[in-house]
Amino acid sequence: MKQITVISGKGGTGKTILTACFAALAERKVLVDCDVDAADLHLLLSPVNSKRHEFKSSQVADIENGRCTRCGLCIDLCRFDAIGPDFAVDPISCEGCGLCSRVCPVDAVTMLERLSGEWFISDTKYGPFVHARLGIAEANSGKLVSLIRQTAKEMAENNKMDYVIIDGPPGIGCPVIASLANVDMALVITEPTVAGIHDLSRIIDLTLHFRIPAGVVINKFDLNPAKSEEVENLCGSSGVEILGKIPFSEDVPRSLVKGIPFVEFSGGHAADEIRSIWKKAARF
Amino acid sequence: MIVSVASGKGGTGKTTVAVGLALSLGDVQFLDCDVEEPNAHLFLHPRITKSSPAFISIPSIVEAMCDYCGKCQRVCAFNSIAVLKNPETREGSVLVFDHLCHGCGACYILCPRGAIRERQKEIGIVEKGVAGDLSFVHGRLNIGEVMSPPLIRQVKKAIDPGKTVIIDAPPGTTCPVIEAVKGSDFCILVTEPTPFGLNDLKLAVDVLKTLKIPSGIVLNRDGIGDNSVVDYARQHNIPVLMRIPFDREIAAAYSNGVPMVDVRKDYSDLFRNLFETIREAA
Repeated sequence: MKQITVISGKGGTGKTILTACFAALAERKVLVDCDVDAADLHLLLSPVNSKRHEFKSSQVADIENGRCTRCGLCIDLCRFDAIGPDFAVDPISCEGCGLCSRVCPVDAVTMLERLSGEWFISDTKYGPFVHARLGIAEANSGKLVSLIRQTAKEMAENNKMDYVIIDGPPGIGCPVIASLANVDMALVITEPTVAGIHDLSRIIDLTLHFRIPAGVVINKFDLNPAKSEEVENLCGSSGVEILGKIPFSEDVPRSLVKGIPFVEFSGGHAADEIRSIWKKAARF
Repeated sequence: MIVSVASGKGGTGKTTVAVGLALSLGDVQFLDCDVEEPNAHLFLHPRITKSSPAFISIPSIVEAMCDYCGKCQRVCAFNSIAVLKNPETREGSVLVFDHLCHGCGACYILCPRGAIRERQKEIGIVEKGVAGDLSFVHGRLNIGEVMSPPLIRQVKKAIDPGKTVIIDAPPGTTCPVIEAVKGSDFCILVTEPTPFGLNDLKLAVDVLKTLKIPSGIVLNRDGIGDNSVVDYARQHNIPVLMRIPFDREIAAAYSNGVPMVDVRKDYSDLFRNLFETIREAA
């Protein structure tokens, strides 16, 4: 069984569109959406029969007004500025460390469990799908990513699946690192722009840092052939293989509006290239 | 006045809009708070005048003073300390997992033997500079670091209260975005007219409602996709402040690191009008 994560560094380069195509092309797989901040893959996979689970991973401080003597120790010690001058806790700033509840001399602070999000195991016509939604303004995206990945991995192992295909989040921080930990391959999708190249070089460094084999796909390569060549040079000098170059296609937004994977919508060159990219990724 | 530019979905044009707005207004302070993947410098080419490392505090155990009682492990809400003790020899060791530490100080403050010090760990750098008449600040998270919010806080410490401040925020809806947009007087949400753009816009609108920050929409790549974003904005009384059509000239300029207002001068006036609108709304 092989785990493949589609990532990009820069947002909006086509991670979810490519992942949905892989969903349509790959046999025997479990699909995972690890962009728990702003999940979109469900819009193309149309999940049904979702089984919902609560994600409770942290706590939030609650100060009992009647008991509090307003000594101010909690305010002095809180590193997150989460307690206001009126001794009200700002739940957005509170990271749930619990220091205030431990130091309060009159036990006026209780740590309450906090519902940070929810996650789902669903059916799709392409196979089982594990996805999640982190609550608005919540933290702990890395923990939620690790949880749904672990669930998907166990499902794949128990059902003797061949692949876990993971749609990753943008960036290089906490949820990205959790999406990449111990995968067999990072498939990095980029675009031929100065920002795309800048972010690609940082995400390649990240895959090298964690020793994860990586392959690169250039999306909309024909919009700027000179910058595409720069991408190829960058990959060449980093020893990273280019798995394919997808031409710009106006059918892509149309397939999004239809809500189906692009390879099921369009029969053009771009779809052919994506089929060839999947073949290479599957053998990588 | 502080105006942040955010989006929910990545790649919708936050940097294009933030840079366009800053150049059109002139004499503003520009903060790139997308510290995981900062891009604004690629368009503004600032001359960096000051570069300073950013740190977080993490525990450092003074083993000579530690009796391996395990209190630090018990009080750490983030599982970033493990204490191992051999009950026979009374010897042991303490493992600190830097990447899980939030720097709350609980272990350091609560250790009964005072055996924990705090040490400063570098997580990235903050660079300050100038680009024409703009003052520029950005942060750059070190590769392999997970905690971007503390670095974003460092970038925002540079805010000049005497100036109009434009903040380029990271994508998403969680801690890094909150840290970047917190304290803004107005937030511009950049989106594209597709189901992805709409889905992530709704999430971003919820974030701003939670933070009580007024917002408006800039619709980028107008003409691709469908009308659902505009319909949603109308139903929820969120102003559509500007529409930027899908235009190969703008896309080509972007790909080469050229700000859109350099190739489409007519947009400078539109950005200034947009700023007047939000100044009245905020």
